[in-house]
Amino acid sequence: MITFWFAVVVLAWVLFFVLEGFDFGVGLLGPVLGRDDHERGAAVRTIGPFWDGNEVWLVAAIGVTFAAFPAWYSALLSGLYLPMVVLLLLLAVRGVALEFRGKGDGPSYRRRADIALALSSLGIVLVWGALLATFVRGLALGADGSVTGGGLSRTLGPIWSPAAALGALAALFAALMLGATFLGLRTSGPLRHRARTLARWLGSGGAVALLVIGFGTGSRLALAAAALSLLAGMLARSGREALAFAVTALSVAGAVVAVFTTHGDVVLRSTLDPRWSLTRDAAAATPQALELITWAGVLILPGVIAYQAFSYWVFRRRIASERVPS
Amino acid sequence: MDVLDLTRLQFAVVTIYHYFFVPLSISLAAAAAGLQIAWLRTKRSSYLDLTKFVGKLLIVTFAVGVVTGLVQEFQFGLGWSSFAKFYGDVFGPTLAIEGMLAFFLEATFLALWYFGWDRLPRLVHTATIVIVAIGTVLSAFIILAANSFMQHPVAYALDPVTGRARLTSFTELLLNKVNLAAFPHTLAGAIMVGGALLLALGVWRLAADGTFRVLARLGAWMTLAGGAMTALTGDHLGKVMTEVQPMKMAAAEALYETTKGAPFSIFTLGSPFPDFSLDIPWLLSILAKGDPNATVQGINDLQAQYVSQYGPGSYVPMIPVAFWSFRVMIGAGMLAAAVAAYYLWRTRKHRDAPRWLTRWLPLIPVLPAVANTFGWIFTETARQPWIAFGISKVADGISPGLTSSEVIASLAGFTVVYGILAVVWFRLVRHLARQPLAPPPVTVAETAEPAPVY
Repeated sequence: MITFWFAVVVLAWVLFFVLEGFDFGVGLLGPVLGRDDHERGAAVRTIGPFWDGNEVWLVAAIGVTFAAFPAWYSALLSGLYLPMVVLLLLLAVRGVALEFRGKGDGPSYRRRADIALALSSLGIVLVWGALLATFVRGLALGADGSVTGGGLSRTLGPIWSPAAALGALAALFAALMLGATFLGLRTSGPLRHRARTLARWLGSGGAVALLVIGFGTGSRLALAAAALSLLAGMLARSGREALAFAVTALSVAGAVVAVFTTHGDVVLRSTLDPRWSLTRDAAAATPQALELITWAGVLILPGVIAYQAFSYWVFRRRIASERVPS
Repeated sequence: MDVLDLTRLQFAVVTIYHYFFVPLSISLAAAAAGLQIAWLRTKRSSYLDLTKFVGKLLIVTFAVGVVTGLVQEFQFGLGWSSFAKFYGDVFGPTLAIEGMLAFFLEATFLALWYFGWDRLPRLVHTATIVIVAIGTVLSAFIILAANSFMQHPVAYALDPVTGRARLTSFTELLLNKVNLAAFPHTLAGAIMVGGALLLALGVWRLAADGTFRVLARLGAWMTLAGGAMTALTGDHLGKVMTEVQPMKMAAAEALYETTKGAPFSIFTLGSPFPDFSLDIPWLLSILAKGDPNATVQGINDLQAQYVSQYGPGSYVPMIPVAFWSFRVMIGAGMLAAAVAAYYLWRTRKHRDAPRWLTRWLPLIPVLPAVANTFGWIFTETARQPWIAFGISKVADGISPGLTSSEVIASLAGFTVVYGILAVVWFRLVRHLARQPLAPPPVTVAETAEPAPVY
């Protein structure tokens, strides 16, 4: 039961990072790739109907983490207090910028919304990357399961490390790749063309960087990622946008699964003493609670996936980025 | 202030802020659904225009509600991780089920509705906004169940091994009698806020477009009906509260001594022993127990009783806050309902409202918003010192290791970002309300025609 719920929690996080990942990527790229107000509007419209539903996967992921592993939820959030608050504030700015963009008056208003959207998306992606790297490294958990230390550095410190910086860069690359392949898939006209070119360059550039990292550290994961990155870039170049997006999404999913399962049974490693690490069994809720959310999940989630798929199907048409001559 | 007070202040600030947008979303979704159904049945284009008008307000309000609601989902782990760990079994599934059952529904179907006007068959499209409205109500019911647990814990057992609370029945948790009383009260309050906003905007834009009269009267009816419902449901809630949290009712009246046939004071000067007080005899006994001669327990007796029951300590909440927030809630809410009723009376049978009334009516949303806010301030501050009544105190819930500087930094961050959001939201609503209801058809053909050259 605990293993099953661990799988569900990881699945929810995977869905969040893949789905919201592409709309973070579009938020980042749209305002840059779109050369004028019209094109930027087209870019934002590709995620307009979806971003909110995608973001609910974050609510679901944190919700099922809380429900199935309350101690993990508690340790993660209180141990990374300030980075999490920064993340929430950036998410607030981003959601409002997206939703308010098309409703104000005039191009300068929309320009400001675009800048807010791009910067907050960038910030979110970097912070998430640093946080995921920190999940792998672990936190300075004491015997009572809380992070010790004083002042602001108690919880800001963990994400100020070379590993976190690397995580942030990897996340930025992943979000750009997701965004570029999604824009290529969902638009027509100049935006589609530019997104394809970008995906190609990102794909091969990323592959080179990953190869260097892979040979330097001997990490087979990095080598595999290099191959996938190259593949996605090539697919995007040859116009097989759906496949390019699928390959990118699968690699992101794989990376997220890797992050959550690196330490086996340990969900949050203590960097001070392995005995203080938090294990699945210690973090799990009681069998009654797990049974309750199992029923709820079985009854509710298939419906959720069905109507979200329906919404993707309703808005399946490409968004035209070319201007109609007037 | 120490870290506990700062964290409490932060929770209050972000929750109160979030709760400006929640009742608006609930009532605007219901209003949009109602208007669209009216359009479907009557085929009158004015209903369609108003549906789209309310829809735009809904979508910008909902967006702020979503991003501030996300913060709520994290709050329990950020600042209150001991609480989250202790009550994980009760709170975790409740929040998870609310997310899965209600949030997905609201987010997905609101997008389908807003972007789907020309993509979906008319009936399916109307169903999407009805589903959004149902989703908001479901969400309210589930989250109020979680809150009601803090007021009156039910359906739990303390685990002898871990010492944590364990959920014994989810149905029982949902059907907590406090929830059954608080849910309709909260919904009625929500309807008032959205109604007052529609009334305000309708009156404000009436001069530009006569269609807004429909909106103003709809808003006034919502405010009045919501007001009547809050009074009825509030009366019931008060009686349940007296039963499960007698200290809260005593604090609401600042009743120190146990009194038979207790009066209710409208206004009091001086504390704790008033110099001047305007009292309505027997009313408190009626409000608390439905009987003018009933005995209402006073603060001093309850304090002594709790000390013997739970050990030494103060079990008295902040009396002036409880006393005044209770009165502000009732006063502001009833005033809003009265103004709405007066507006409906003066505009009956196509009559025009007097100038002074239309000049001041755009400010009316402030009243129910204040009533809602102070209602929550009362509910939560008069629960103190308990985080869950009778089981554990607020001081035991805070995250271990949390430092004051971290909370000061995050509180500053929330204040700045939320402040900016409020300003942008207000200006956007004003801008959207100023747009013409039905935009004139674009006359491309005329302008594209080549000018005659001689």
